[in-house]
Amino acid sequence: MSAPQAGPQVPGTLDESIQPPARAQQVLRDIMSGSALVSVLAVVLAMVVGAILIALTNSGVQAAAGYFFSRPGDTVAAVWNAVFGAYSALFQGSIYNFRRDDFASGIRPLTETLTFATPLIMAGLGLALAFRVGLFNIGGRGQMLVASAAAGYVAFAWPLPAGIHLIVAVVMGVLAGAIWGGIVGLLKAQTGANEVIVTIMLNYVGFYLVSFLLRTPGALQAPGSTNPKSPAMLETAVFPPLFGDAYNLHAGFILAIAATAYVWYLINRSSLGFQFRAVGLNPHAAKVAGINVKRVYIYVMLFSGGLVGMAGVAQVLGTVTSGFTAGIDAGIGFDAITVALLGRSRPVGVFFAAILFGALKAGGYSMQAAEGIPIDIVLVVQSLIVLFIAAPPLVRAIFRLPSPDGPARPRRRPFKTTTKATATS
Amino acid sequence: MKLELRGITKRFGSFVANDHIDLTVEPGEIHALLGENGAGKSTLMNVLYGLYHAEEGEILLDDVTQHFAGPGDAMKAGIGMVHQHFMLIPVFTVAENVMLGHEDTTFGGRLDLAGARATVREISARFGFDVDPDALIEDLPVGVQQRVEIIKALSQDARVLVFDEPTAVLTPQETDELMVIMRQLKDSGTSIVFITHKLREVRAVADRITVIRLGKVVGEALPTASSAELASMMVGRAVDLMVEKGPEKAGDEALIVENLCVIDQRNHLVVNNVSFEVRSGEILAIAGVQGNGQTELTEALLGLQSRVTGSITLDGKSLTGHSVRKTLDAGVGFVPEDRTDDGLVGEFTIAENLMLDRSHTEPFVKFGTLQREVLASFAEDKVKEFDIRTQGIDTLVGKLSGGNQQKVVLARELSRTLRLFVAAQPTRGLDVGSIEFVHTRIIETRDAGVPVIVVSTELDEVVALADRIAVMYRGGIVGIVPGDTPRDVLGLMMAGESAATATAAVTGAAA
Repeated sequence: MSAPQAGPQVPGTLDESIQPPARAQQVLRDIMSGSALVSVLAVVLAMVVGAILIALTNSGVQAAAGYFFSRPGDTVAAVWNAVFGAYSALFQGSIYNFRRDDFASGIRPLTETLTFATPLIMAGLGLALAFRVGLFNIGGRGQMLVASAAAGYVAFAWPLPAGIHLIVAVVMGVLAGAIWGGIVGLLKAQTGANEVIVTIMLNYVGFYLVSFLLRTPGALQAPGSTNPKSPAMLETAVFPPLFGDAYNLHAGFILAIAATAYVWYLINRSSLGFQFRAVGLNPHAAKVAGINVKRVYIYVMLFSGGLVGMAGVAQVLGTVTSGFTAGIDAGIGFDAITVALLGRSRPVGVFFAAILFGALKAGGYSMQAAEGIPIDIVLVVQSLIVLFIAAPPLVRAIFRLPSPDGPARPRRRPFKTTTKATATS
Repeated sequence: MKLELRGITKRFGSFVANDHIDLTVEPGEIHALLGENGAGKSTLMNVLYGLYHAEEGEILLDDVTQHFAGPGDAMKAGIGMVHQHFMLIPVFTVAENVMLGHEDTTFGGRLDLAGARATVREISARFGFDVDPDALIEDLPVGVQQRVEIIKALSQDARVLVFDEPTAVLTPQETDELMVIMRQLKDSGTSIVFITHKLREVRAVADRITVIRLGKVVGEALPTASSAELASMMVGRAVDLMVEKGPEKAGDEALIVENLCVIDQRNHLVVNNVSFEVRSGEILAIAGVQGNGQTELTEALLGLQSRVTGSITLDGKSLTGHSVRKTLDAGVGFVPEDRTDDGLVGEFTIAENLMLDRSHTEPFVKFGTLQREVLASFAEDKVKEFDIRTQGIDTLVGKLSGGNQQKVVLARELSRTLRLFVAAQPTRGLDVGSIEFVHTRIIETRDAGVPVIVVSTELDEVVALADRIAVMYRGGIVGIVPGDTPRDVLGLMMAGESAATATAAVTGAAA
C-alpha cells in the first residue's frame, strides 16, 4: 500500500498535537487524585525533616552533642530549644507576633503572609488551570515579566484619572500575560510543539526583552537614570492598601480572592471548564465527542497566561511600586508550580497552598533574623513538601494509610496492579 | 503435570474475588475456565501465578503443595502464563524477548543470544510455529506475537500453561491456528488452563469446562453441552444467544459513501476507494479482520481523519470534510471501538460522560454555564432506561464494568435525535448478558428507521445483526452480500476472495 498521488497533502498531520506526553499527564493525574490528607501530611512530614535539619545545623546542639554521653539531657534540651525557637519564630513572623503589645501590630505578620501569598495565588491558579488540561506551563516567569512591563508602563507613563488608571493597568497586564501564554497554546495547537520547551524558551525571550526595554531610554527606563529600572508607578495606578498605610497588604489580595472564585466557577461550573477537564483527562474521548481539542489548548493557555500575568501586575502595582527591574517576578512563576501541585490543581487548594507558602516566606525572614537560621532551611522544607506530594505512596507508607484505590481490581493488567500493591504495603 | 487448586479464597477488602474455588487439571488436559468478565477467573490465575496470595486454600502440583512468593517461583515450578496483553518488549527481537528475565550469559557477562536463538528455533520446529528468532516483535502480527509468548513459557519448561483470554486479539483464522497449537501442546503432555468467555471456542477445544460466576465455581460441564446451557450457567439465567430480529423495512438510501480514500499519519492508504450506501432502517455490517481499514473508515465518517478524499452524503447533505462537532450535530451517533480510550472519560462521573458530546449547547449548557439539575435528572432517567448498574449518577465511569460502560456510551449516543448510527465493535470484551442488551438496542434503533452501520470482527455478531454485510480487506470492500450469507463464504471473503469466488469455493467443497 502506498500513498496515492492525488491525495490531499496536508503538511504534517496535526494529530500528535492533541496528545500531551503520556507520562507527564499520568504524574499530574496521580498528584491530583491524591487526597487532601496526603497534602497535609506531606507538609507535616516536611516540617519534621526541617526540624531535623534545624537541629543538625544549630551550633548549640552541635556543642552539646560533643559531650552527649556524659550529659545527654543537654543535647535534648538544645534540640528542643533550636527547633521550638525556629518554629515559633516562623509562626510569629507569619501569623501573630506575641511580643507586640496591641493586636494591631501583633497581627501584622499575617498581613505580610497574605501580601506574599497574593501573587502566588494568582500564578498558582494559572498553572493549576493549565495542569487540569494536562499542560505544564513552566513559563510563569516570562508571562509575569511581560505582564509587569505592560501594567507598569501604563501605570507610570499614562496619566489617567484615579480608578480608571488602575483598571486599565491591570487589564493591560493581564492581557499581556494572556498573549504570552496564548502564543504557547497556539504553537502547541498548530504545530504540536511541546509546551514545556516553548514556555521555557519564552521565559528567556521575555526576560531579555524586558531587560532590553528597561535599559532603553524612552521605553521602560526611568528618565535620567542609567540603571535598568523603571520609574515609580503613579499613585493613581497603585493598588490601595486594605488596612491603611501601616500594612503592606493591598487590594490585589481582593483580586486574588475574586480570581479564585472565578477559576472555581470556570473549572467546575462552566461549559468551557467542562471541556478543559475532559481534554485534560482524556483528549481522545474529548476529540471523538466533538470537542475542539486544539482550541481548548489555546484557550487554556490564554487563561493561564492571564492569571500568571495578574501575579506580575500584583507585583508592580502592589508589592514593589517604586519602579521595577527584570527581577520583579521574584521566582514566583516557579514557586507557583509548587503551589499548584500542593493545591492539587484545585482553586481552593491553590488558595490555601499559596497562603502556606506566603507564610513560609514571611516567617522565613523572621526565623533568620530572630534565630539565625538560614532561610535555605525554609526553601528545603518547601521543596520537601513537593517531593512528598509527588510520592503519595511514600507518605501513605510512613503514616500507614490505606491505599486510595480500595480493593485492587485484578483485571487485565495483573502486573500493574501488583506493583502498586507492593509499593503501598 | 497435574494441577490442583483446593479451596482458594482471595479477598480484596470486603470483596471476595474467589470464594473457595476448587479446580483440578489433569496432565495433558485442556481445561476451560469459563465465566463472565469480573467473575474472578483472572484473579484465580494470578493466585496460581504467584502474583496474588490467597487468604485460604492451597495449590498442588503433582500432589505436592506449593508456596509461590512470586511469578518466579511459579515459573520454576513449571507454570507458564500467556497473558491477554502480551508482556513483550516491541523493540526487542524474538530471541531477546524469550530470554528476558532469565538471561544466560557467557564469559564476561555477554548475553548468550545464540543459545536463545537456538531455543526459539528448537521450540518453533517442535510445534511448527515458523517464528524467526531475529524478527523484531513490533514487526510481527498479533498471532505470531502470541506464539512468542508461548515459546517464552515453554522455554522455561512450563508444563502447565495458562492462556488468559488468548483469542480476544486474534482473527478467526489465527484463532483456529491457536486451537491447533493448543491441541499439539496437549498431546505433548502439557496441561492447559484456557480462560475465556467465548462459548464457541470452549466447545471446540476443551476437554472439561469449569464455570465460575461471582467468584464461585457454579458447575462443571463437558464440551458436548450446548451453548445455551453454558451461557445460562455463566450468567445465572436463561439467555438468548440470538436476539429477536424482525425483517427490515428499509427505506431510501440515507447514507451514500462514494470513492472514499483515507491516508493515515504514516502515509499509508488505509481506506482504498470505498463506496457503499446504507438505507434508513437497515443494518449494514462491516466485517473483516482487525486492521483492514474499518477503524479508519468509521473515523472518516465521523470527521476524525484529516486526509480524506471522496464524498460522504447523509440525507442529501455532504458530510465530507466536516469537523467532528458538525458531524455530530448533523445527527450522527457514534460508538467508538475503544470505549475507554475514545468513548469515555474514566475520571468523569456517569452524568458528566452522558453530556460529553453536548458540552457546548442546550439543554446541558446555558450562557456558558452547566445546567446541573437538567443533567442530573437526564442522567437518572438514562441510568434507569439503560439499566446501568451503579450506585448513582456520580459514580466515576472508570469504576464501572465494561458492560455498564458501554451502556453509558449507548445511552449518550442514542439519546440524541439520530440520522445515522455507527457502532464500532459494540460488544468487544462484554459478557453475554451485556451483548444481548447492546444487540437489542441496536436493532431497536434500526427499527426506528435509522440507518445503522455496525463494524465488527466477530462473525457471530455480524451474522446476528446484519441485513447486509460489507467485507473489508486491505482497505477495500471485497463485496457486499446479503445478511444470510454462510459463515464459510464470509470467512473466505475476509481473506480477500471475491463474493463469487468464495461462494463457488464453498459450494464446490460441499458438492
